[in-house]
Amino acid sequence: MIEKALKGSPRYFGALLAFLALMGIGGGFYLIQLNNGLMITGLSRDVSWGFYIAQFTYMVGVAASAVMLVLPYYFHHYKAYSKMIIMGEFLAIAAVIMCLGFIVIDIGQPQRMLNVLINSTPRSVLFWDMVVLNGYLVLNVVIGWTSLMAYWKRVTPPAWVKPLVYLSIIWAFSIHTVTAFLYAGLPGRHFWLTAILAARFLSSAFCSGPSILLLMTLLVGKLTKFDPGKEAVKTLSTTITYAMCVNVFFFFLELFTAFYSNMPGHMAPIEFLFNGFQGSTYMTPFMWTASFLAIGSLILLIPPRWRENRDMLVPALIMLVIGTWLDKGMGLIAAGFTPNPFERVTEYLPTGPEMMIALMIYATGGFVLTVLWKIALEVRAEVEGSV
Amino acid sequence: MKSSRRDFLKIAGVSALGLSAGTLGFLGEGAQAADALPTAQDFAKPSNAKQWGMVIDTAKLDDATMKKCIDACHATHNVPKIEGKQEIKWLWTDDFHATFPTEFPTYLSDDLHHRKFLLLCNHCANPACVRVCPTKATFKNNEGLVIMDYHRCIGCRYCMAGCPYGARSFNFRDPEKFIANMNPLYPHRTRGVVEKCTFCVEKLAQGKLPLCVEASGGAMVFGDLEDPKSPVRQILKDKYAVRRNPAAGTEPSVFYIL
Ligand code: SF4
Ligand code: SF4
Repeated sequence: MIEKALKGSPRYFGALLAFLALMGIGGGFYLIQLNNGLMITGLSRDVSWGFYIAQFTYMVGVAASAVMLVLPYYFHHYKAYSKMIIMGEFLAIAAVIMCLGFIVIDIGQPQRMLNVLINSTPRSVLFWDMVVLNGYLVLNVVIGWTSLMAYWKRVTPPAWVKPLVYLSIIWAFSIHTVTAFLYAGLPGRHFWLTAILAARFLSSAFCSGPSILLLMTLLVGKLTKFDPGKEAVKTLSTTITYAMCVNVFFFFLELFTAFYSNMPGHMAPIEFLFNGFQGSTYMTPFMWTASFLAIGSLILLIPPRWRENRDMLVPALIMLVIGTWLDKGMGLIAAGFTPNPFERVTEYLPTGPEMMIALMIYATGGFVLTVLWKIALEVRAEVEGSV
Repeated sequence: MKSSRRDFLKIAGVSALGLSAGTLGFLGEGAQAADALPTAQDFAKPSNAKQWGMVIDTAKLDDATMKKCIDACHATHNVPKIEGKQEIKWLWTDDFHATFPTEFPTYLSDDLHHRKFLLLCNHCANPACVRVCPTKATFKNNEGLVIMDYHRCIGCRYCMAGCPYGARSFNFRDPEKFIANMNPLYPHRTRGVVEKCTFCVEKLAQGKLPLCVEASGGAMVFGDLEDPKSPVRQILKDKYAVRRNPAAGTEPSVFYIL
């Protein structure tokens, strides 16, 4: 099956080359970081995690969101997803690879990475995050590859895949829950210290991940003969709409708890995000943009007539993806560190090199995804062509 | 000579073999040039405790004394001097609001308003930094010290997110160029690892007090918090002392008399 990745149109190879070029440019910056240390980032003593860890968090959500297809398809035998399911599983693979990449570029001593295994420390959530992410990667590779192989050979997938699929459903929830526990278990970080953080992560993942998947399958549908099916698009956009409503609702729960209780520690990071704190307002434009995009996407998504119209659906999904990305990819980490333990603000914005290094990881994900989807689409075309 | 830890092991090895404890010439010239190279005898009587702790009588400390404490610590431990938000510090000063932000002092006395406080790692009895570290590079030893193995740290900075006191610093760059006078008796750190105050674990092993306590002219008291007869417990019996952000549940071992 793998040979299908080796033949293709100039457009396919052009895309791969473009990704390789981005990886190369970002790789150059990564070499600078390896030689000089994380000093080239905007990180500081007070804001010690930033863009890398934020992208990691967002991508864990994208990876977990495959369950929004896997669950209906395998558990409820919802056949409309039969064409999309492999795309979702392969997107999860690419997303987990990006997650691992973002962790590697974030740590100060990457050559000692295996210390996490050698000195396994089960009381550290980071240890469990490593376990669940790698486990999820293996699960999706095995499930995705075996089912596609079976489909190609026109046989039913082996029976042992079923239990793995059920395991992967629970596993998908666990990867984003454990990632939320990375943050939610820290005593001094009020913005993260909330029981609803894992639920917020999951809800934002279950709208943003499928949105990315849907946007990309629609794009692929434009470029190739692939058609995910009307029904699949309709159902998935309904899922996205519900998840986004829950996501916004959960955020209002946070607002109520913080502001009705009037607890300074809980209010301060939210004030910092939306109104500025001690005169520092650098985060407010991002957060208000995120809010308007979130509300705007809901306005376009909630009425079924608009949602089912592609010309409305596509901009709505784009707004949703940018909105949730700003929320998780920019606000979440900074607000956890602001105000700092001395009740002050240290500003953090990613530097150019930092963004280029992150781009290297995104390009790697794009490369992996392009190859995987190419294989899936070729297999499908071949099987469908032969009947 | 690169690492005083290696020396420490050698010294320990020498004393274990029962060799006579003279100046350890085989350690090399750098070591001989440096003054006061510890000998095996120096390690014969370490100070012991169940949970080391510190009481700082803040009214007794003026700016000059605090500077002396900080300089002693930073010079001995090769703490690099880096300006800006990627700075590294083990011991430093700040005002009341930064030291005790959870007190939300509305009408603070003038005296406290102008007073500076020494800040350092609290060597918490229930440290969040140790709980989160994925490699046990940060660990609590059996004397209650929260210390680090810099060779094991992967630089994930989870401990920095975990510490509610901002006690930890990360080596964003190679620190070597930023150490004015390298002390050959203490290892300097490498790029990409976290560091912080150790309560001078190397001094305690020699039965001595932490450097800041020695330099404080009696304003800082050190001892075993679990021993009712220790100097820290004696002073806590007499005077009311507070800890920074006790609501974080880490049980800090540094007490402040206001
Ligand atoms: S003050 Fe911070 S670094 Fe020090 S022991 Fe407590 S939690 Fe750890
Ligand atoms: S940065 Fe080092 S000491 Fe801190 S949690 Fe990570 S491995 Fe442990």
